[in-house]
Amino acid sequence: METAKADIVQRLRKEILQLQGIPSALPASVESFGLGPINAAFPGKTFPLAAVHEFIMQQPEAAAASSAFVMALVGKILPKGASAVWISAQRKIFPPALKSYGISPEQFIFIGLKKDKEIQWAMEEALKCKGLGIVLAEMQELDFTSSRRLQLAVEKSRVTGFVFRNNPRSINTNACFTRWQISALPALLPPGLPGVGYPRWKIELLKVRNGIPGSWELSFVNGQFRHAIKTPVMPLHAKQKTG
Amino acid sequence: MSRRYVSIWLRHFKTDTYTRCYPHVKNIPFVLAAPDHGRLRVTAANLLAQSGAVQEAMVVADARAYIPGIEVIPEEEGRAEKSLQSLAEWFIRFSPVVAADPPDGLLIDATGCAHLWGGEKAYLTAMYKRLAAFGYHARPAMADTIGAAWAVARFGTKLIVPEGEQYTVLSLLPSQALRLSDDIVFLLQKLGLHSIKNFIDIAPASLHRRFGPELTHRLKQALGTAEEQLTPASVPVEYQERLPCLQTIVTAKGIEIALSALTETLCNKLKKDGKGLRRLVLYCYRVDGKILNIAIGTNRPTQHAAHLLKLFEPKIESIEPGLGIELFVLEAPLVEDCTIVQEELWQNNAMAGSQELAELLDRISGKIPSARIERFLPDAHHWPENSYRAASFVYEKSNIPWPQSRPRPLHILATPSPIQVTAPIPDYPPMLFRHQSQLHRIARADGPERIAQEWWLQDGEHRDYYYVEDEEGKRYWIFRLGHYDPEKNNQWFLHGYFA
Repeated sequence: METAKADIVQRLRKEILQLQGIPSALPASVESFGLGPINAAFPGKTFPLAAVHEFIMQQPEAAAASSAFVMALVGKILPKGASAVWISAQRKIFPPALKSYGISPEQFIFIGLKKDKEIQWAMEEALKCKGLGIVLAEMQELDFTSSRRLQLAVEKSRVTGFVFRNNPRSINTNACFTRWQISALPALLPPGLPGVGYPRWKIELLKVRNGIPGSWELSFVNGQFRHAIKTPVMPLHAKQKTG
Repeated sequence: MSRRYVSIWLRHFKTDTYTRCYPHVKNIPFVLAAPDHGRLRVTAANLLAQSGAVQEAMVVADARAYIPGIEVIPEEEGRAEKSLQSLAEWFIRFSPVVAADPPDGLLIDATGCAHLWGGEKAYLTAMYKRLAAFGYHARPAMADTIGAAWAVARFGTKLIVPEGEQYTVLSLLPSQALRLSDDIVFLLQKLGLHSIKNFIDIAPASLHRRFGPELTHRLKQALGTAEEQLTPASVPVEYQERLPCLQTIVTAKGIEIALSALTETLCNKLKKDGKGLRRLVLYCYRVDGKILNIAIGTNRPTQHAAHLLKLFEPKIESIEPGLGIELFVLEAPLVEDCTIVQEELWQNNAMAGSQELAELLDRISGKIPSARIERFLPDAHHWPENSYRAASFVYEKSNIPWPQSRPRPLHILATPSPIQVTAPIPDYPPMLFRHQSQLHRIARADGPERIAQEWWLQDGEHRDYYYVEDEEGKRYWIFRLGHYDPEKNNQWFLHGYFA
């Protein structure tokens, strides 16, 4: 009796998630992306693809950190040979750097548009495109209606979208699936060791639909995420230098 | 370099064209005739007929009296113009700018063309031989101006006028050589001005007063003091569809229906030929004689009618039908080879995806023309700004790999931004730097990485790059320009942000 009840509850939960446009659990092979404990924050315990993720950033340094975190994820999500679109008012990305995130820079098509409205329209059009792997867009403001349109496009096409909001005037409510804020943290290196360590970020998940927001510290070492590193690691290029 | 023009006089153009089509009349005298005031009048006579004293404008009955049994062929109206036009189009082999010069000539802008045939004489000979092989009696002449070339082709003895000598050559020719109307020629004859040398030195103002503007204008054109333009024979567009309307179209819906019908037929034609179009122009001919057009472009060759219609959709509003549109013409001026994708079969394939992507890019650049669409490929330069280049077309592939040996910042500034630094020892990373009045204390640093100028491309000093991390963990890419020198103050720059 008890187990039957639990089953029903489980099934109903799943149905509710589907009705809310939240993607059902992904095949086991692609899940997690090495995000470790962060996965527990999401409904279904996996990073939600086919959703729009919003990143808030105030300074250029935070923008670089957010881009890096997203690029690290994209490097795992984007299938080889698939195309991605990056829509922005001003391109800041240095294409050769993408290679170190496991992305071939020519997979990206950069579209330069001037106004937020144009960027939102172009992003919606791109998100409707089933042939695309990832769509990224940089904009300042994103109101509820526009974000709802993006979310609806995504639910149909199953493309993953990322919105970078540079210096937004207000952090308003919108229909994006998650809201993140990424900032840089000093790298972990034994004291006295020369060089700069691997990038380390403070990942703040401010909002997630049907999940548990939280804050984590995460390093990115040779293309893999790492949590709570006890023994600091020396970066590869520092090793080469010291001999 | 002065301009050079060739004028070709096709002396018996009408009869030669006829002989070219119907070789059986080659060796018999014949005339072309057209009805005029209730009788047949000769419009052209071939050489054999002319040697028998049959002249142009003669009544056919008279011609029959001179040469009994002469072949009389009714002339088709507009046929000569058509064949002259097609001959002009064919003549593009000799020069890109060729114009028909009705009724019996061709005009060619030969500037910079003659040396390809080994000189002007050989150039003219080549033309002559080609035309003679077709059966035309041709006289090509070359001069600095269209007028002089025309005159020499018809009246001159030496067919090449050397550069700048049209004055001396023209003065020897009769006054008809100036392309004047019959009235003026008659008037000149009457006044005893039989040759150009009789009036070439008279002040233009006096000539203008006596003969009107035509004479002075033609004289100036022949001497090269007045500009004269050629109207080149247009090259026909291969992929073109026309839709004449019985009733004029005035509504947007009507235009849409016409457009979809035209696109459908054009795309079917393209599919049959295995081609795809890159540019498409719709011309709307209005009742009042105005021609409106709207154009679209695509990023890769396409034959997908629905997609093309979608691109046209926002532009249809811009057409003002006025009193109505009577003719639609859809032209594809740019067509490329295109392989047909079996869409049903390969829906999940990367190829189908790229087709969808191409359509997305078309939609974006169609709606927002200022959109910059770029894809980047590695370039064989070590200077950071030059280490990548924009792909010249969206599907270009590179044959060199991306460099990966050194750490590079994810975000870069378009132009390096100057910073103030405090550096302890020469060639050591700085202790702190100030950027836009904000102080950053450097906790860790890596470097320097020296990037030398590409001296074969540009001058300037090398850069020593440092990868630094400040106390808050923010990472920067900064550099010093040139060697450390206590005498002069080295300028430092911020160039990028690491993750």
